[in-house]
Amino acid sequence: MTHDTLLTLSVFVLLTPLLSFMINIFFGNKLGRLSGVVGTTILGIDLLMAALIAFSKLVTYGGEHIIQTRFEWFSPGSYAISVGYGIDNIAAIMLMVVTLISFLVHLFSTIYMEGDRRYPKFYAYLGLFTFSMLGIVMANNFLMMYIFWELVGISSYLLIGFWYEKDSASNAGKKAFITNRIGDLGFFAGIMILFMTYGSFMFEDIFAGIASGTLPFNNPTMLTLAGIGIFMGAMGKSAQWPLHVWLPDAMEGPTPVSALIHAATMVAAGVYLVAKVFWMFTADALTFIAIIGTITAFVSATIAITQVDFKKVLAYSTVSQLGFMIMSLGTGGYTNGFFHLVTHAWFKAALFLAAGSVIHAMHHAMHHMHDHHSDPQDINNMGGLRKTMPWTYRTFLFVTLALAGIPLTSGFLSKDGILAGTLAWAKLTGGWHWIVPVMAFTAAGMTAFYMFRLTIVAFHGEPKTKIAGHTHENPVRIVLPLVVLSVLSVWFFYSPNPIDASVGWFHARVVQPETAVPAAYQWEFLIQDHQAAPAENHGSHHALNALQEETHHYHYLAMFLSLLIAGTGIALAFAIYQYKLISADALEKRFKKLHTFSYNKWYFDELYHATVIALMLAVSKAMAWFDSVVVDGIVNLSAGLATVAGKVTGLFDHVVVDGAVNLTARVTGFFGSRLRKLQTGNIQFYVVMLLLGVILLFYFFV
Amino acid sequence: MEIGLSHYLIISALLFSLGLYGVISRKHAVMVLMGLELILNAANINFVAFARFGGMNMDGQVAAVFVIILAAAEAAVALAILLNIYQHFKHVNLDEVDQMKE
Repeated sequence: MTHDTLLTLSVFVLLTPLLSFMINIFFGNKLGRLSGVVGTTILGIDLLMAALIAFSKLVTYGGEHIIQTRFEWFSPGSYAISVGYGIDNIAAIMLMVVTLISFLVHLFSTIYMEGDRRYPKFYAYLGLFTFSMLGIVMANNFLMMYIFWELVGISSYLLIGFWYEKDSASNAGKKAFITNRIGDLGFFAGIMILFMTYGSFMFEDIFAGIASGTLPFNNPTMLTLAGIGIFMGAMGKSAQWPLHVWLPDAMEGPTPVSALIHAATMVAAGVYLVAKVFWMFTADALTFIAIIGTITAFVSATIAITQVDFKKVLAYSTVSQLGFMIMSLGTGGYTNGFFHLVTHAWFKAALFLAAGSVIHAMHHAMHHMHDHHSDPQDINNMGGLRKTMPWTYRTFLFVTLALAGIPLTSGFLSKDGILAGTLAWAKLTGGWHWIVPVMAFTAAGMTAFYMFRLTIVAFHGEPKTKIAGHTHENPVRIVLPLVVLSVLSVWFFYSPNPIDASVGWFHARVVQPETAVPAAYQWEFLIQDHQAAPAENHGSHHALNALQEETHHYHYLAMFLSLLIAGTGIALAFAIYQYKLISADALEKRFKKLHTFSYNKWYFDELYHATVIALMLAVSKAMAWFDSVVVDGIVNLSAGLATVAGKVTGLFDHVVVDGAVNLTARVTGFFGSRLRKLQTGNIQFYVVMLLLGVILLFYFFV
Repeated sequence: MEIGLSHYLIISALLFSLGLYGVISRKHAVMVLMGLELILNAANINFVAFARFGGMNMDGQVAAVFVIILAAAEAAVALAILLNIYQHFKHVNLDEVDQMKE
């Protein structure tokens, strides 16, 4: 495949889901039940094309950085705004992630969404979402990135609020949209800082500009700020603390949507963006990113421990894992961060689809028993699903192991890399930065704990309610996606060695880009050491910089530590929930305050209500008061003044102007009536007067 | 004593004054018209006299002939008006013909 063919094909990959959207939005009502088949088929074709591109890019052109095209879109004044699209290695991998998960979700939904009133619309929105996400993946400039970024925002809004008859669903849609706007504001500011300086939106132009030593406004702080601004966009989309509040609420959307958007793709967009523009982050910006990621990973892990809603646990786990990815990128672990994004996409999509499978079964059982009050998502209503839903259980258990970071899974490979990376970073930067690996390891332990708590409570033991006892395994169209996604979470897809990812193709193809930031503003250990690189060659392991070298040293330590911590977490979960060695209730009573704090999600929603939202309401009330009193007052006052002025001028017109006119008329009339006496009509009188006149003239002039 | 320009002018002035007096003082419209004729003829005498004594060749005589023609036309029109006045008022007393002033 030549470059041109590849680029042409990628346009088709981008536009095919849009076709699905068009068909389903315009002809959906005619298609009815068929729209699911149409959508799934189209996505299947899209998946094949994407696979072809990914294969071609990774295998044939693996060594090339990016295959791209650019063209001038429009030129206002002296600027020429160029846009374009391109496929680099991470884009090729993301193409596979997005299209495959989207395809499986389409397939899954043919059963899950069966009988829904807006079934065709659902497929239309899925198509629109896939289109926008692929747009983000292929963009090679900030302008298109931003456009598709917003398109993802709108399609996620449509999908979260899909069941908009429910207040909670439409509110969740709004919350997601508005929270994302806050992040996008920073994103926009960041883009504008760069555009002001480099006059282009193209990544290559901007990075070349930075590398040549030109700094925005000649100020390294501005470069850091631009990086943080762009990262704010990622904070919104990837649900990083403190903008994470929308993601758990977004679980109001249909479960396949949760799998597609809130686990695998949309939230990955933020991480993808950070990876895509990794070149331009300064040391300060990277530290900021690392701190935010760490806080996110830790906070949401503590919240996930106490949640009872099946999907909420998974949602907070997603936020936590996104924190891990961001943390990894922030600590310079480019490859591992992106690696975790990919592995997490598979197993989190599997987890959500499994959740969908469970909820679907619970719904059916409830329907069967004419129970319309129980909560089908409350894990305390489940239990014993291991027996009634064996396939769902098996896949769920496997991907839970992956998420917990147990060897032989993909999750182990990526998480281990991240943890080793944080240790290396902390050692090289020192000081209080050690808090990052400490919190990371704690969060990893909690991950193992809450995932096994979820598995044990929902699947093991005896059914806690009759509903759970009446559940049945779902048909193949639901189970198949689960199996496919779990299989993709096996280690050998990424590396032949189950405990070392660095020998696999992934690490060979996703190579950390050389930083574009001038050395003075970048971590010393991130600068590529061209002389040392060949000498530091350990077999197949290539160290590009000091950080990677250090990470490699920490590999085994991180592995043992994380295994120890994850093992402790799992053992604790078994002890408490499976064998009841420790009473969960007693623990809850003992740590009442901690439990309430975590159960209420650290009161973030309440905090925002009390601060941001209350402030907004107060401001808008003040605005309303200002409007109704001051602005309306001014308007009314000026209206009153105008009326008075009108009356005065009216009076003036009436008395003075009309008076003057009438006076003129009267005077004229008076003189007229006197003078007309002269007009006797007697011709002889006129002649006499004429004569007198002549005589007078003679008297005066002769 | 040789008859000169001033004699003609005196005659003309007398004739003019008589005509003017007639126009002003007569009540009967026909009498007023006759006064007008006198004034016109006074002018004619002046024309001819100035032509004879002023060295103006035949211009004066030509002007006088024009005035005579004018007088004839004027008399015809004026008499026609008088006839209409008479038909309307049953008299031609100018003092009482003043309906137009209101």
